[in-house]
Amino acid sequence: MTTEVASETEVKKEPEKADEQPVAAQQQDGEEEPEQLAAVQDGVTPRAASPHADRKSKEAKGLSRFLPPWLKRQKSLSRTEPSEDREDKTPTEEQQEAPPSEEASPQEAERDESHSIGSADTQPAKEEKGEGSPERIGDGKEEEDLLESKAGEKDEGKLLKLEAEVEKSSLKPAKKMKTVTCQVTLLDGSLLPCELEKRVRGIVLFAKVCEHLNLLEKDYFGLCYKDHADQKCWLDPAKEIKRQIRNCPWQFAFSVKFYPPDPSQLTEDITRYLLCLQLRQDIASGRLPCSFVTHSLLGSYTLQAEMGDHDPDGHCLDYISDFQFAPSQSKEMEEKVVELYKTHRGMSPAQADAQFLENAKKLSMYGVDLHHAKDSEGVDIMLGVCANGLLIYKDRLRINRFAWPKILKISYKRSNFYIKIRPGEAEQFESSVGFKLPNHRAAKRLWKVCVEHHTFFRLVTPEQPPKARFLTLGSKFRYSGRTQAQTREASTLIDRPAPHFERCSSKRLSRSLDGAPGLGMDDQSGAPGQGLTPGAKNGRDPALELSSDSKDLDKTQEDVLKHQASISELKRNFMESTPEPQPSQWEKRLTASPATSLRLRAQAAFEEEVPSSSVLSSPVAVPTGLPAACTTSVSAAEGDIAVGSPPAAAHVVEKALPRADGSSYSGSDAGKTAEDKQKSDTLEQAEVEIEETVVIKEVRKAPKVEVTVPEVVVTIAVTEKEPEEKTGAEAEGRGDEGVTQRGSTSSDSHSESEDEAEYRPQAPGESIDHIKEVPEEEEELAVEAQPLEAEPAAAPPCPTTEEQESPLKDEAQNGHPEMQSPQGSVEEDEEDEGEPKLNGDASRAETEGLPQVICCSEPPVVKTEMVTISDTFAAQKTEISTTEVPIVHTETKTITYEAAQVDGAGDGEPGVLMTAQTITSESLCTTTTTHITKTLKGGVSETRIEKRIVISGDSDIDHDQALARAIKEAKEQHPDMSVTRVVVHKETEVMEEGKD
Amino acid sequence: MASFGNFTHAIVRGIPASLVREALRSSFCEVDLAAAQHQLQLHIGTLKDELGLQVVELLADESLPDCVFVEDCAVVCGDTALITRPGAPSRRKETEAMKSALQELNLNIVEMEDDTATLDGGDVLFTGREFFVGLSKRTNQRGAEILAWAFKDFPVSTLPVFEGLHLKSFCSMAGPDLIAFGSSEPAQKTLKILQQSGNHHYNTLILPDDAAANCVFMNLSGKGQVLLHCTPEEYPNSAKVFETLKDHLLFPVSNSEMSKVDGGLSCCSVLISKTGS
Repeated sequence: MTTEVASETEVKKEPEKADEQPVAAQQQDGEEEPEQLAAVQDGVTPRAASPHADRKSKEAKGLSRFLPPWLKRQKSLSRTEPSEDREDKTPTEEQQEAPPSEEASPQEAERDESHSIGSADTQPAKEEKGEGSPERIGDGKEEEDLLESKAGEKDEGKLLKLEAEVEKSSLKPAKKMKTVTCQVTLLDGSLLPCELEKRVRGIVLFAKVCEHLNLLEKDYFGLCYKDHADQKCWLDPAKEIKRQIRNCPWQFAFSVKFYPPDPSQLTEDITRYLLCLQLRQDIASGRLPCSFVTHSLLGSYTLQAEMGDHDPDGHCLDYISDFQFAPSQSKEMEEKVVELYKTHRGMSPAQADAQFLENAKKLSMYGVDLHHAKDSEGVDIMLGVCANGLLIYKDRLRINRFAWPKILKISYKRSNFYIKIRPGEAEQFESSVGFKLPNHRAAKRLWKVCVEHHTFFRLVTPEQPPKARFLTLGSKFRYSGRTQAQTREASTLIDRPAPHFERCSSKRLSRSLDGAPGLGMDDQSGAPGQGLTPGAKNGRDPALELSSDSKDLDKTQEDVLKHQASISELKRNFMESTPEPQPSQWEKRLTASPATSLRLRAQAAFEEEVPSSSVLSSPVAVPTGLPAACTTSVSAAEGDIAVGSPPAAAHVVEKALPRADGSSYSGSDAGKTAEDKQKSDTLEQAEVEIEETVVIKEVRKAPKVEVTVPEVVVTIAVTEKEPEEKTGAEAEGRGDEGVTQRGSTSSDSHSESEDEAEYRPQAPGESIDHIKEVPEEEEELAVEAQPLEAEPAAAPPCPTTEEQESPLKDEAQNGHPEMQSPQGSVEEDEEDEGEPKLNGDASRAETEGLPQVICCSEPPVVKTEMVTISDTFAAQKTEISTTEVPIVHTETKTITYEAAQVDGAGDGEPGVLMTAQTITSESLCTTTTTHITKTLKGGVSETRIEKRIVISGDSDIDHDQALARAIKEAKEQHPDMSVTRVVVHKETEVMEEGKD
Repeated sequence: MASFGNFTHAIVRGIPASLVREALRSSFCEVDLAAAQHQLQLHIGTLKDELGLQVVELLADESLPDCVFVEDCAVVCGDTALITRPGAPSRRKETEAMKSALQELNLNIVEMEDDTATLDGGDVLFTGREFFVGLSKRTNQRGAEILAWAFKDFPVSTLPVFEGLHLKSFCSMAGPDLIAFGSSEPAQKTLKILQQSGNHHYNTLILPDDAAANCVFMNLSGKGQVLLHCTPEEYPNSAKVFETLKDHLLFPVSNSEMSKVDGGLSCCSVLISKTGS
């Protein structure tokens, strides 16, 4: 929650920006501000006010020394830097934060979190100090902030959260919280039992383990677990453990995630010792192949470190076979080990470890995280991720190597993994290389590992996560921990006396390896490279994977699995905007979601109002990649906030309508973005956690801007739906392609869905990040941006509550038929809503000057029944049993804010659905549908962008934040548009406590 | 890496008379047997007398016309020797004598038992940090894989050989992290790939003549960096390039006769570094 709060702040800030644009927006802002202020007073100290002092004081404490001074500075700078706007915003954010009570989770614990969060914001330093991992994250983010304040802020939020959580966990153990006992297998093979609150994030456990180990240089390490498929997954420190592991046992292994290329640069012997233990495991398991001689040499150093000098009178041959020097060791090897061991006389254990590492680091597979794959011809190969780049192996042979500097982009789509290679001296064009992974999860896992490794080893500071744009597809996952450079910097500040630690005998180690609960490494899969540090937001691949693919997998019950699968597919579809399944779901959502209905109304109103015309803009663009991108990133919790602070929600942003396509779309469109996540599933699905960002950025601001004032409707619907559709089918294309093409004007969009994600190592800025957490509940945020030329000012939204669910479908359907582009070219892409092709087409169209209309065909049929109960702010819990999924109990709450103006929309003419895109982010599924409506009446072109964000997660979604963020993003992305409607639809599954 | 090129032993083999007519070659050339034998003796003399290596001389076998090119029969790195499976069927038996010689030296012998694998030592470039295996007419992927398996400690990458018999027909190590490369287009193409796929950044020494890029580098205790390279008589332009190397002890070695049957300087010896015991 905490994190989210931070994010919220950001959101608001953005709105401020919005102020510049449309008058309406300003008005709204104004309203909002007061509230914000109030919130601030409530107890949250405004950041601007006292950041430095707090920090300093905090810094002084414990870990603070660990932090590099410059990092600290940056933080302060970042905070300071923010312009007035920020400050103003800040309060808002805080407000949003404040609402925690609103959040679905009633428990006090949550409140505590929120509070802690608040404190975190104000006093980042403490948090950081408190626990290294959080610090890291924070640092990274903060740095980024400098670069990009907004993004950074978000990050901070996360950090804060994490930190806060950690603190909280430590401070208040579990009163009301349920606790669970987990076991962590340490590198020496021993088990560390930990009592944890069930809801805590990975960072808490990681911090405990590091504390137990007395480890400061922890960025190289991480916790992993085995998922249902027996794949080793890295625990994402930023996400709840429970959501990541699902039903898997609470068993973890502490392991090295990033193998330092030069262990001699590690500051402390204890760190090197732990690395040695990891490498001994790697060697014994065969994951790190060695020659006979090397096995012998490394073994001899192991003996020296653990046994001290060779005792001529001893009978080392008696016990030597208890040590495991190699996957299979011969007597000959043991003799060789002893022979070498004798030569190490006088070497201290630390020296022996250092020598061990000096030899081990040269091994060809040192620190290489291997992944099974097939090349374009279907040949089995292995992809190895290491500090220097990506290695391609066939058998043991390295058939290619792509150093990080050579890689322009890393992406995955479904089970395919792609890298775009920088053209060499001789080549003029970038080339892309594709690989086929066994499944989607594997592709995502590989992608994450690459992102993490690139960031850790190649960057000085973590890249900001991609910023959400209007439509953001795909995973926003970025490594948020410290980079190697940062951790080294931090390590130089370690001034404690070398901690005492016991070296345990590897004899035991080897044994324990066998018996150890799951942690061992999988040779191939297990590899080291995944992100270790807490910093990783998304954590580890595993988490991500889980979320996307895993949804299906994770669930134990087949039904659940299926369900999840369907969900994931849906997401994919949305993301990719594939025609088939998505639309249906999408539409459902629309129907179901009140927001849609609102939109309809709104649209109507707009049409009338809007005079102009012809160009439309953004919505179309959106799909096409054009113009306006509204991204809604909703952090989890926002719904509540939204409710609480309506004003914030509605901002009217004007956007220039970007699309100048030439085509005149006189009718404006209604853009609808639907994001659905149907994740109705239960907590188990943690997958949702995945952050995916779909970026379709941009709207081109076109040249001809019609002064339309777009309205942005933000709908946050939390629904539990069980998607059963298969969306998966189409999704593929859209993300990357669409994005790229679009990119021309404005931005590159990264579309990353669960299915796909892009990462451009070299251009950090491009990416947008949202960090979203998926709570158990699904939330949808729909933001509609409608450009209205005529209506610049968006009246402050009036909060209304709607309970409508169904209407949307109708609209959508209606829209299709009606869609006509002025120019007459109407393209219908049915079934393909979000497809890249669409985007591509659209863009083409733009170029051509011909407007294209894309119709979304019919609404997908949702098998699940939604029962919405509720209204307004107060969340009512209702248990709804879905027919299909009996297990899920849903609580639904819908809150709608509409700008007054909006209401006026004439129902008579439904918008024509020009295009629909679905974007799914990891944590959120976002489906964006753009409806372009041509208004016969006034010849006014209206562009409406509706963005719907569905957040599904196990728990703790900060609705307010999510909403705020969505709004902020929407504004940012569509500066010329106004937010006319915000609908929050919240469905909460009522979990059965017994489970999970 | 520090010990790269620190050789102590060399295995060489005599020239059978059958080489003149039966040795494989890419272009028809008349080989002067006596001259070839003389050049080889000078070569061996340099290794033995000038550089102080312990030289094991295997007897020539008339049934194996190419047997003088011992490099193709084994790849030795550290204490491990991989007995190859030469790409040319007529040369497969050359490995027998090599294997026994290496066993005499107490090396860990690894043999290629896969009938589909072929590997000529001339296609194996060891930089001290990693292996590059040229995929040529004589060496295939499987052979390279087995080499990678044999030398687990090192990364092994493959390189295409666009022209020429072997990878080392146009390149070789000329110093620590210094690779000599021919300037022909095919050689440069391979170099580009090497530079991209290699783990390490290597300096390059570009030579006007591809064949001159085949040299023999050693880093001997007491001698420092030693380089056996082409003579000015054979490749005057390339010899000048070698002469610019200030840190090396240079030994021009005549190889004109052997080059008629596609043999380079490095082909005539297997160099071994036996440290300690």
